[in-house]
Amino acid sequence: MSKLMANKKYSLLFSPTIRALGALIIVFLIGLIFNADGAFYKWGTHRDMLRAVSVFGLLACGMTLVIITGGIDLSVGSILGLTAVSFSLFCIHWSRPFYIAIIGCLLIGLVCGALSGFIISRFNIQPFIATLAMMVFARGLAKWVSGGQKISTAVQQADGTYEYVPVPDVFNFINSKILWNNISVVTIIFLLCLLICAVLLIKLRPGRYIYAIGGNEEAARLSGVPVKRIKVLTYALSGLFCAVAGICQACQELQGDPEAGFTYELSAIAMVVIGGTSLRGGRGGIWLTLVGVLTIGYLEKILSINAVGEDKRLMLTGAIIIAAVLLQKTRKS
Amino acid sequence: MTASSSSFLLKMKNIHKSFSGVEVLNDVRFDLYPGEVHILAGENGAGKSTLIKILGGVYTDHLGSVEVNGREVNFKSVQQAFEAGISIIHQELSLIGELNVAENIFLGKEKSSYLWLKKSQMLDYSEQFLSKLGLDINPKDKMQDFSIGIQQVIEIGKALAFNAKIIVMDEPTSALTEPEVEKLFAIIEQLKQDNCGIIYITHKMEEIYRIADRITVLRDGKYIGTETAGKLPSEKLIQWMVGRELNQQFPRHIRSIGDVRLEAKNIFVPGTASSPAPRVDGVSFQVRAGQILGIAGLEGSGNSDLLNGIFGSFGSGAKGAIKIDGIEFKIDNPDKSIKRGLALLTNDRKKNGLVMNMNIVENVTLASLSGFSPGYWLRPKSERTNVAVTTRTLELKAESIFQCVDSLSGGNQQKVVMAKWMQTNPKIFLLDEPTRGVDIGAKHEIYELMNKWTQEGIAIILITSEMPELLAMSDRILVMHRGRIAAEFTSEQASQEKILSAALGERKTA
Repeated sequence: MSKLMANKKYSLLFSPTIRALGALIIVFLIGLIFNADGAFYKWGTHRDMLRAVSVFGLLACGMTLVIITGGIDLSVGSILGLTAVSFSLFCIHWSRPFYIAIIGCLLIGLVCGALSGFIISRFNIQPFIATLAMMVFARGLAKWVSGGQKISTAVQQADGTYEYVPVPDVFNFINSKILWNNISVVTIIFLLCLLICAVLLIKLRPGRYIYAIGGNEEAARLSGVPVKRIKVLTYALSGLFCAVAGICQACQELQGDPEAGFTYELSAIAMVVIGGTSLRGGRGGIWLTLVGVLTIGYLEKILSINAVGEDKRLMLTGAIIIAAVLLQKTRKS
Repeated sequence: MTASSSSFLLKMKNIHKSFSGVEVLNDVRFDLYPGEVHILAGENGAGKSTLIKILGGVYTDHLGSVEVNGREVNFKSVQQAFEAGISIIHQELSLIGELNVAENIFLGKEKSSYLWLKKSQMLDYSEQFLSKLGLDINPKDKMQDFSIGIQQVIEIGKALAFNAKIIVMDEPTSALTEPEVEKLFAIIEQLKQDNCGIIYITHKMEEIYRIADRITVLRDGKYIGTETAGKLPSEKLIQWMVGRELNQQFPRHIRSIGDVRLEAKNIFVPGTASSPAPRVDGVSFQVRAGQILGIAGLEGSGNSDLLNGIFGSFGSGAKGAIKIDGIEFKIDNPDKSIKRGLALLTNDRKKNGLVMNMNIVENVTLASLSGFSPGYWLRPKSERTNVAVTTRTLELKAESIFQCVDSLSGGNQQKVVMAKWMQTNPKIFLLDEPTRGVDIGAKHEIYELMNKWTQEGIAIILITSEMPELLAMSDRILVMHRGRIAAEFTSEQASQEKILSAALGERKTA
């Protein structure tokens, strides 16, 4: 009995959650030591870090769902760019009310994701390839609708001159901080989406199916799991979260850049993987992704407050990805 | 070194091994003479594979001594064990389909001068060894073009090519057809003459008594005994293995047969791109409530495809008219079949029966999850209570119902699959090799379950490659050959010979 207990304790200590937290705690401790003359002790630093990772975190939410099914979504950065441009067009150029703009953008993201999911499940195409195609296509679409220009408040008039229009209220709101300046609106949006994913994965039937498909797709199918529908749903949700991220990005930059989100898919994958969600599917979770997002967020923040250049930051981030994955790996031996 | 120990090819004694504090081998011994087949028997979880892995250098942190050819060895790696002449042929083959036969045989041990491979030399060697095994195949052919049986023999050839003296076979026949099994046994005979020692693990009684010279039984990690095959009758062997007496091996009770549950007419399952002949070609049958219909057939006869076709595993590619309880049913997908009362236990639970990294609860409720999640919200409590009840009736042995299924023994995994289908309240249970890779005690429990289900009015269609099981459990037997029904027997008429000759496609005038 005592042996069993010890065994359980042992496995709890080395569970994926604890291991993922380990990396975060180490990074956090580094921050406490190299605190840049107390900058790390100020809430403002943490608030800014949270604001900076929120857009990536939103992409990582959808990415987590997709990766648990055993897939991958390379199109998230492009869909972010497409929706950022679309949102700016709706709000600034066409002066539509914000709710129309939001619904429109969410629909665009949803449709792009669902299309990837449909191609993957209907024609049995590898997710890597299908979403690679969507990545290229959506980027092209973003450039086409924007005419290759950044969509900003400087609107070109009929005579060729530029006139500055006022920034729409919705931009200012999403870009603001609330609760006595203590937290950014984008962070609240990110946390809400995280919560939605958590409910889906933990509390709802489709969430269980997502894990089952990633664990053993054939066994799931033969158990009556609607594999195709669930896959379409997963990619559609990923697209939806991309659209939310795209709206946030547009508001933060006060413009819709058709190049926005370039290579963001890789950051999102890195965050999911650092959390400990397995690329082979079936294992992982959304809270692990939060840990991954925070790990990268803190790492970058600590390096930047200590005035470490981008060159070294990138090299260190690469090393951290390997270290975190190695931490996960030694679990079984 | 004493004179007696040197006559042994292998001598393992006082072997202890534990996993994180839990003892899995406790003072186990095992020995092997040259030129003998030594059966290592025991239920799943008895410690057979742990012992083999110690021998093969997979586990290195055990206690006790291992002597090969009278010399004490202490393998630190698989490579070292291999170099000492120990070759283990695993259930799951470790061959690479895209490489050719010679490349597979020399995988990791390529003959080369500097970086250049000596291809022709390796091809010649391969051909030589394969012909020694009675195989007339071109070593340039890709591995994936051969059947599992041939691949198995090639794997043995791989062992011989490197002068293996101790060959371990772990359930080698589980995926073989009858003629392939014969071929394997002929090769084993030849290996004995070459003074190789063979350690053979199997759950099939008939095989044990066909090829065994001696038998060693393990139970719960303990050594129970060793005896020559002639002096160990099967009743005693079973008693050694399970530690209790099983009065009847196949307990088919009195049948209470009701109305027609499933009527299938002209079932047709198309072929695949590589073999375009239809897998099932116009098969019709009926099965009644409370009846067990056995479907015999060799590998490739289409019996497994028939069950999968009816269940919708191939989607609407499978054609035919099906009636369940007299109501028409169109083959579409597993989801719809389950709702109409069909359940399919597939013949490979790891591949397509279980989600190995999920726990027992999640696996058991997978096929009936809508019942546990009205309005999409999961009800963990009702899942738990239901699963607890079902697993208790199945006498599933696990630490808790939240244990991950990949840490369960084969028999208990099979019970998880059965529990999953019981949750769907099936009317017709399609069982494809329900006792494959399951130990004797659990087999017996599965037979009892089948009896119980038929008493409740469930119709069962049974496929099994174990002839005694088929004969004892089935009320009627269909024999399939090349996608068609070759013969039909009642349980009284059927005999092993009749079924086999029909399955081989021999036409009999009787």
